[in-house]
Amino acid sequence: MASISMNNIVKRYGDGFPAVNDVSVEVADGEFMILVGPSGCGKSTLLRMIVGLEDITSGDMLIGERRVNDLAPRDRNLAMVFQNYALYPHLTVFENIAFPLRLAGASHDEVDTKVREAAQTLELTEHLDRKPGNLSGGQRQRVAMGRAIVRDADAFLFDEPLSNLDAKLRGQMRTEISRLQKRLGITTVYVTHDQTEAMTLGDRVAVLKRGELQQLATPRELYDNPGNLFVAGFIGSPPMNFLPGEVEGDQLKLPFGSVTLPEEKAAAAAGKGLLIAGIRPEHFAEAGSGDRGEDAGNTFQARIDVVEWLGNETYAYVPFEAPPEVQAQLTQLEKDLDGETIRTQLIITLEGGSTVQEGDEATVWVDAARFHLFDPETGDNLTVDPEHAGRILGRD
Amino acid sequence: MSRFWPRFGMVVGIILILIWCLLPVVWILSLSFKSEDSIINGNPGFLPSEGTFAGWDNYVGVWENDQFRRAILNSIGISLIATVLSVALATLAAYAIARLDFKGKRWVLSIALAIAMFPVVSLVGPLFDMWRAFGLYDTWPGLIIPYMSFTLPLAIWTLSAFFREIPWEMEQAAQVDGATSWQAFRKVIVPLAAPGVFTAAILTFFFAWNDFVFGISLTSTEAARPIPASLSFFVGSDPFNRPASLLAAGAVLATIPVVVIVLLFQRKIVAGLTSGAVKG
Repeated sequence: MASISMNNIVKRYGDGFPAVNDVSVEVADGEFMILVGPSGCGKSTLLRMIVGLEDITSGDMLIGERRVNDLAPRDRNLAMVFQNYALYPHLTVFENIAFPLRLAGASHDEVDTKVREAAQTLELTEHLDRKPGNLSGGQRQRVAMGRAIVRDADAFLFDEPLSNLDAKLRGQMRTEISRLQKRLGITTVYVTHDQTEAMTLGDRVAVLKRGELQQLATPRELYDNPGNLFVAGFIGSPPMNFLPGEVEGDQLKLPFGSVTLPEEKAAAAAGKGLLIAGIRPEHFAEAGSGDRGEDAGNTFQARIDVVEWLGNETYAYVPFEAPPEVQAQLTQLEKDLDGETIRTQLIITLEGGSTVQEGDEATVWVDAARFHLFDPETGDNLTVDPEHAGRILGRD
Repeated sequence: MSRFWPRFGMVVGIILILIWCLLPVVWILSLSFKSEDSIINGNPGFLPSEGTFAGWDNYVGVWENDQFRRAILNSIGISLIATVLSVALATLAAYAIARLDFKGKRWVLSIALAIAMFPVVSLVGPLFDMWRAFGLYDTWPGLIIPYMSFTLPLAIWTLSAFFREIPWEMEQAAQVDGATSWQAFRKVIVPLAAPGVFTAAILTFFFAWNDFVFGISLTSTEAARPIPASLSFFVGSDPFNRPASLLAAGAVLATIPVVVIVLLFQRKIVAGLTSGAVKG
């Protein structure tokens, strides 16, 4: 067991492009750290630098107290699970799991005991004599994990281990990984682009964009207090709504009407002109539904364009027009998030029992206290609560 | 009915091809069991008939010939050494070509291909002169070296294609698991490339075993003369009559090692060995 410290890590490729730019992350002993971000954000590169498969251009990588920048992968004592599992197809499951032990020169009895123990943990005992080619995706995944847990590694590294599994299995393995990590109490760094994995598995989550660490915080902090527009848009599904807005006094003027902001939020954004207001879909409700929606008059009329009924809840879509300066920023944001803006629209989560139909004119209530206000130039969250937002890029 | 004819056609086709391919083999087998006299006198029968059947006499005769035994030994030794060296070198070279980015990589590959395209005969003259100067004429190395240089390119091309198929992650996983580069290569990459290694080995062995031009030009005595060359020098008891049936027996004996080696190696050439390595 050991902590992992990344201090000002930079990875620059031959063409000068920084794949990872000045990233510092401290992974405490026993902590489950997630590296998350859209493709090309440098998360896998960072992981491969920890394990030693990628050279570090500058900065210090410490495992425990040891600087490992110049150590070969085999001298770092880390275990890694690859995205495509990288099992040895010419060896049986037993020998696959035993591989690191045999390399370390463990005795025959020790190998046997440890492999069977690991197989027991992962319910692979009956498959020990089979070759990886005859196993299902989930079983291969477990063999790859077996190879990692069989040795007393200082830390586990996962590189998108679940992305090749189907949705159901992914959910099961996610729980399994979480349980295993809690039981072994081993320092873990886990790379994913799936925010569900990021939110459910991680003690803390590092959100990366184009090689830069955007925010490092607990999942809850990320969700409630995103440091900037990118984090706000990346975390959460369906994503946060972004609307053009202007603050006048305690009133936030939106395309649909005005809502009343809490004082401190209004103060933080006063006099900044046109802003981007962010609000999560679940902070809307149909006026009059449930126990909400009676207060303050933060309601507006909206014409529902499309309704998606999921059973437990309903997504309602409301298109709106955004002024060009906001539009440009939102288009850029979508690009950063690997998406494409087709149209600016509001997503509202309604109760599953809602009877709203497509084309209806609905009265929607919004929880104005939950608005985040972003500077359209820099994307910074003006209303962030710095006490509960972990570390944010440019705010250290 | 509509299914019968295509099938029938295929069976007929296969039989025709088999006859076409195997007739010479069967013919030489039949010849090797006929007595010397029957060939001199002209024996119209395809199969050895009454009185002309020689049994194993020809085989015993060939085997008891020192020159022949020596040639077999030369051929096996030279071919095996050339194969092992060539495949070992090609494995290392192909691995470097498949995995490393170094200057002149394309150059190495094109030169290798150019060497393979060289007509063998064009090199015989210069080699003859050189080998005599170096003292390699009529020695094992004198044949092993040209065999290697002609089989290396093909082996390198075959093997580098195999290595490229093996995912990078395999050896990275091995390295994370605690292997040195050499261990990763030996314990993970080479076993995975085994079909390629054996393919290259078979091709190399064939080339060396079947070569006639180098064998006859670069040797002068039994010291290094391989089987194909030796058979052409084979003289029986009567110097004025070529001992056709003895030669046939010799040819059959010379084929046996090739068949054995192919059967041995063929088991190793299992396609799709890498399946299951990564999510497919």
